[in-house]
Amino acid sequence: MKLKINGRTHEVDAEPDMPLLWVLRDLLGLKGTKFGCGKALCGACTVHFNGSATRSCQLPVSAAAEGEVVTIEGLSADGNHPVQVAWRARNVPQCGYCQSGQIMAASALLARNANPGDDEIDAAMSGNICRCGTYPRIRAALRDAARATSEARAGEGEA
Amino acid sequence: MSTLSKLSRRRFLELTGVSATGLLLGAAVSPASRAMDVLATATGERLNLFVSLRADGAVEIVAHRSEMGTGIRTSLPQVVADEMEADWSRVRVIQALGDAAYGSQNTDGSRSVRNFYATMRQMGAAARRMLEQAAADTWRAPLAECRARNHEVHHADGRRLGFGELAARAAALPLPGLDDLPLKGREDFRYIGRNVPIVDLHDMTTGNTTYGIDVALPDMVYASIERTPHLGGRIAAYDAAAARKVAGVLDVVELQGPEGPPAFNNVEGLAVIASNTWSAIKGREALAVQWRPSPHSDHDSAAYLDALQARVSGGPGRVARERGDVERALGDADQVLEASYRTPYLAHAPMEPPATLARVDGGRCEVWACTQNPQATQAAVASALGVDKAAVTVHVTLLGGGFGRKSKPDFSVEAARLAAHVGRPVQLTWTREDDVRHDYYHACSAMYFRGALDGDGRATAWLARQATPAIGATFDPAVTRLEDGWLSQTFGSVPFATPNLRIESHEAPAHVRIGWLRSVYNIPFAFGVCSFVDELAHAAGRDPAQYWQEMIGDDRHLDFAPEGFEFSNYGRAIAEYPYDTGRMKAVLRQLVANIPWGETLPEGQGWGLAVTRSFLSYVAVASKVRVDGDTLVVEELHGVIDAGTVVNPDRVHAQLEGGMVFGLSLALNGEITFADGAARQSNFHDYPVARLNQVPRVIRTHIVDSEALPAGVGEPGVPPTAPSIANAVFAATGQRIRELPLARHFDV
Repeated sequence: MKLKINGRTHEVDAEPDMPLLWVLRDLLGLKGTKFGCGKALCGACTVHFNGSATRSCQLPVSAAAEGEVVTIEGLSADGNHPVQVAWRARNVPQCGYCQSGQIMAASALLARNANPGDDEIDAAMSGNICRCGTYPRIRAALRDAARATSEARAGEGEA
Repeated sequence: MSTLSKLSRRRFLELTGVSATGLLLGAAVSPASRAMDVLATATGERLNLFVSLRADGAVEIVAHRSEMGTGIRTSLPQVVADEMEADWSRVRVIQALGDAAYGSQNTDGSRSVRNFYATMRQMGAAARRMLEQAAADTWRAPLAECRARNHEVHHADGRRLGFGELAARAAALPLPGLDDLPLKGREDFRYIGRNVPIVDLHDMTTGNTTYGIDVALPDMVYASIERTPHLGGRIAAYDAAAARKVAGVLDVVELQGPEGPPAFNNVEGLAVIASNTWSAIKGREALAVQWRPSPHSDHDSAAYLDALQARVSGGPGRVARERGDVERALGDADQVLEASYRTPYLAHAPMEPPATLARVDGGRCEVWACTQNPQATQAAVASALGVDKAAVTVHVTLLGGGFGRKSKPDFSVEAARLAAHVGRPVQLTWTREDDVRHDYYHACSAMYFRGALDGDGRATAWLARQATPAIGATFDPAVTRLEDGWLSQTFGSVPFATPNLRIESHEAPAHVRIGWLRSVYNIPFAFGVCSFVDELAHAAGRDPAQYWQEMIGDDRHLDFAPEGFEFSNYGRAIAEYPYDTGRMKAVLRQLVANIPWGETLPEGQGWGLAVTRSFLSYVAVASKVRVDGDTLVVEELHGVIDAGTVVNPDRVHAQLEGGMVFGLSLALNGEITFADGAARQSNFHDYPVARLNQVPRVIRTHIVDSEALPAGVGEPGVPPTAPSIANAVFAATGQRIRELPLARHFDV
């Protein structure tokens, strides 16, 4: 079966019901996507599937084959997506484990809404658990990233 | 400059790696570890056990404590670099293997900075002295004319040599003596006290990190284990053939549990070995295991807590601490208050569940694990395999959270036993269900308080009893009661000036594996104590903030010995780290100054506060809540910490923020219950933890500027949070919450 991940096509030999998460981690060695609950309850395994934040632990690989997958490793070429930059500027991570999923959820939110309000941020990000409690900084960094994204888009519009 | 004096020469030599048992580390580079920074090894000239220097000037500093989110992989090397006059941008942090040569690596008890700050300064100062001496030898100049500064040694006449140029010569020098090893003054610090970003920051935002779950070897297999649902259960029957039919399943392996107490052993279970994690999990589901009962298989947590509650409210227990005559004061009181409190079992639920990769080959074992305590992992694995500790190598990965769970190496024992059986490397990943159902649970607790007030509302007596299962029972079932060591966590060490006081402890035999969780017994005891003070304040018709100050009384250093209480003081001498009521009152005053305490609020809103001393730090927390019908919303959290000297303020703020969120989480949601000996919860749907939408939009933290000895930071934010919220609920509604979690009383 063929999978399009981070712009590259991969050939994998997997049972069709194997969740994309385990295909990424065990078969393709893409370990940036994390396992946290296996039931779409925590968001640690969040990837972009056709541009939407998706829990890869609940997406059978057979379904994933029909679209494009982006993981944390493919979010940006140089690690400088505005969300990644904002996360570093605010020193968001503590243990760091959930942050791949947080960053993928935040970047998907900004892709569809460059300037989300506090309630929209809560709604989009409450599926992603951080047991270290970095939530206040996630909120702040997400607002920073939104500002940077809006400004970048405004700049493009003027040009 | 101050002069080193605290560390014995013998200890220094041990730490600098020249003792007879000092090991040369970093010799073996496994194929799996080359690309993984957390698993990289040092390659430079070794100046001491913690510092190596390469000819190109790169400084390699060993982090011997585990990184689970506190930033310790940055903070301690930051101290070394400062004393060494190294340029931080040229520092590479090397994660230590498990090795007793480093001293304790048990990253637990908020001890890393407080126990190793002085040592790290000495390691840096020793390296600096050797570099200065190497330059002096090169120039044939007096040592006094050679000063290290920002990765170079400068001579008084302007000559300079880079650290890298001096590496070989410095490494060949004898270690400097203690007496002439100067330390920097605070005014000369370059990194200590500064917000150095954590070394893993970029990797953590790009998915380039290695946790226990991530380590891979080319020929490894994957395991998932079905374990006995009740403590002490044994396998009765199962269907191995059904599991083997699942695609990818390679083997089914019985793992026998221990004959004695749980300790750090694996619990009895059946492992499914497969070519990938998903197949192992599916194979497990086909096993249909039946379990034999045990003496704990009828444990029912609700009935158990009721029994503990009856015990504490029914009569006296063992007296742990006593002052004056509590009974007479209660008899003479104008007003007597009594209240019972209870808190449930909790699970740690770190975001990364327990995970280990193990390889057993020719009598040697190599383990890669997200462990808080690599030396305990080494010992437990060696014991399980029947080999010498020296035959077990433990690599410490990053930890996706720990909170105390990952200082218990049962999961690494499982992986090692399976690897020995299978003959191939085994990657074991616990599912979330495994994690919630097979934890070393935080103890539930039943408490009872009685307080006496005189005609002016002053507290004249404090009587407190509790019954709480002991962590010691996990290692010795004869331990059925908390003694002074654990009672030192808030319950027995209350700082109150009341003339009459008695602290008692009741029996509570354990029926599950009891373990330590972030701030440990301070969690239930701070909830009980800080809530009951609030009850007394309201009964006296007084402002709780002011009442706290009066309850604590004069500024003084507490002496528990005359009251028969063996105060453990988190393992440190009371002369070195006194229980200072002045500092406790000061954090409370600072907290009140930071918030509009006393403001008039609309109905249904309220402020509450609490203050504790834990892990040698003083923390006060205030919460603002809004109660609307059945719905409770925590709108603000404010914390003030006095942790003495602080190495990395940003990480201290982060730990206080995170500690308060952890406290909020357990206060609102946290509850594990047992029926038929088995945990009834399994994943985040029935064991909810705080999510973004439950977390206040206003969270403020404040660090008290202090030059006192460094104290704990990782845990102390947790204990005062739950009672501050419960006290705010009372202020908002008049409803006193005496049982956690708040989800039992409100929609949260």
